[in-house]
Amino acid sequence: MIPVEISSVKKSYGDIKAVDGVSFSVNEGEVFALLGPNGAGKTTLIEIMEGLRKRDDGTVKVLGLDPWNNGYMLHRRIGVIPQDFTFFDKANPREAVKYYADLFGVSVDPDSILKEVVLDDSVSVLFENLSGGQKQKLGLALSLVNSAELLFLDEPTTGLDPNARRAIWDVVRGLRSKGKTVILTTHYLDEAEQLSDRVAIMDHGHIVAMGTPEDIIETHGSGERLEIHGTEELAAYLRENTKLNVEYSGKGLIDIAIVQKRDALVALTAIEESGLEWHDLHTRRDSLDDVFVKLVSGRIDEKGEIRVENAGNDSRDQRRR
Amino acid sequence: MTSARRIVSDLRLFGRGYLRNVAGLFFGLIFPVILILIFGAIFSSGFSGSITLYVQNQDTRDIFHVTTGFLGNLTGTGTVNLVMVSPSENFSQYLSAHSASDGLIIPSDFSANYTAGKPVSLPLYGNPSQSSSQIVSGTVSGVINGFNLGYFHGTPIIGIAPTTSNSQVTKYIDFLVPGLVGFSILVSPMFSLVSISSEYKRIKLFKQLSLTPLTKIEWLASKVLFYILLSAASFLLMVAVGVFVFNANIVFSLWLIPFLVLGPMFFASLGMLVGTVSKSTETASVVGNIITFPMMFLSGTFFPITLMPMYLRYLAHVLPLFYIIDGLNGVMIYSNYAQAAIDLVVVAVITIIAFVAAARLFKWRED
Repeated sequence: MIPVEISSVKKSYGDIKAVDGVSFSVNEGEVFALLGPNGAGKTTLIEIMEGLRKRDDGTVKVLGLDPWNNGYMLHRRIGVIPQDFTFFDKANPREAVKYYADLFGVSVDPDSILKEVVLDDSVSVLFENLSGGQKQKLGLALSLVNSAELLFLDEPTTGLDPNARRAIWDVVRGLRSKGKTVILTTHYLDEAEQLSDRVAIMDHGHIVAMGTPEDIIETHGSGERLEIHGTEELAAYLRENTKLNVEYSGKGLIDIAIVQKRDALVALTAIEESGLEWHDLHTRRDSLDDVFVKLVSGRIDEKGEIRVENAGNDSRDQRRR
Repeated sequence: MTSARRIVSDLRLFGRGYLRNVAGLFFGLIFPVILILIFGAIFSSGFSGSITLYVQNQDTRDIFHVTTGFLGNLTGTGTVNLVMVSPSENFSQYLSAHSASDGLIIPSDFSANYTAGKPVSLPLYGNPSQSSSQIVSGTVSGVINGFNLGYFHGTPIIGIAPTTSNSQVTKYIDFLVPGLVGFSILVSPMFSLVSISSEYKRIKLFKQLSLTPLTKIEWLASKVLFYILLSAASFLLMVAVGVFVFNANIVFSLWLIPFLVLGPMFFASLGMLVGTVSKSTETASVVGNIITFPMMFLSGTFFPITLMPMYLRYLAHVLPLFYIIDGLNGVMIYSNYAQAAIDLVVVAVITIIAFVAAARLFKWRED
């Protein structure tokens, strides 16, 4: 059975189309990442799949069930970390796991589950006194209690320090090696690249690219590029005297797209002919970051997080909260 | 299917959290006891004790000890406590300086005139609007009548045979215990549910719980159960303080049980309802206070509603807590089970309405 199949799913909040006709399916044992800036519609979409939100249109089948109408049956078979996971302040992780086990009617050893998510050092610390990373690990532990075949992790590492992120990544890798299907949302490119078999890039409620990270780079990247440090004058000379696609970054960096192999020779010849100063020549390929920036109206900050400065997105984000 | 195992599990987690929360514990168990101790201490002495009567004795001659005998008889009634004022004081100024309204002057010719059989009047100061002044006036008249009869060596023809009525003598503390039991039945579940239901909605904890097999009815049932247990504990504490510290007369009866069960259930449901329909935690808290505060004071918690003006009494009859306290009074003070049965029907009906409304309007997840 295909664990998740969705087709033409739509959801609006007033005039804002949070999810606007999204279709995809996720295969058994696959780690599938929904990548996109804040406000792209990732959480709305994942909540529709979890049965927390009602879709306006389209079909959604999760483990063969309609999540909205059969949520009660579905929830016994899926594990979820919601965005901004939280718990009762005055309960500790061991009690939390025991509570979930009681609710699901399963018998588990709380300590071994907490060890699995590397929270075994804080089993008796009240939730209100846990750090952000520890809270998130508890969320992950709770999503494991019912041994779900399908897990939804909504931004599991947002706001965590690098060590905590890596601990959570290890757990996700462990789930994958056990053959579980995982759908995660993230706005960290490295997280999507590190963990997932396939990535769907979302923007403004649409999926703008989908496939393995390599596929996406292949399809949406501009292939090989030649970069030379030189003046704006040199860039202008190249534009005038060749048919190459030349971009000048403003910081003394000239970027030339190499579509065919001979483009490199054309470029070098023209540079030599110009008689202008240049240095530091090298070639590079588009990374997922480059493709992402191209596809999504945003930029990536120093932490690898996508920032979109766009009023429309902000209001959508607030509406969702 | 509703599962008892899940309710118990949620009850255990919630209860443990509650016990770890000092503020909750204070308001749930300690605060009502403190109220009983304070109000009990203030009013028990004031109500059961005697009324202070300031007396200025200007009769220094005291022929045949008539004045001494008269004042002794006044004290002997047990109703008034005499405070002697020096004859050199200006009596009315003295009274106002001591914020007192009740005073009696024994004129200088009192014993002389009495022994001579001449009429004599005793100036009695009082405030006719105060019940204490009426009591003083009655008491002084009684002693005067005795002296008038005594002068002619007469014997009374009409007497009083004191008989205790069924409802016993109701002291303030007898009334205070059921009132404050009602107070704690209102306050703990109401404030707590208003706050947690709006807060859990805000931090999306309900949404998270909806991803488990726990149903919202089970969640609500566990809260109702918890507050029934808490109210029972608080009831026992308050009754113990009332009986052992203030010697309250309280009737125990199985009739108490439905009030102690339905009361917390009603206010937990009402709190849930307020928290769930309010858009924000701030709105919830304001709406909760608007509903709670009039009930705290106007339902017969700290004083009987018969002391209130008519329009406030009508208002009391639309306050749900009134029926709980009226029922508790009926059971615990007057053994008036017919009245309690009527109150119980009212409480049962509004509880069912509130619980069903809370369960229906309360949403785990949004559309």
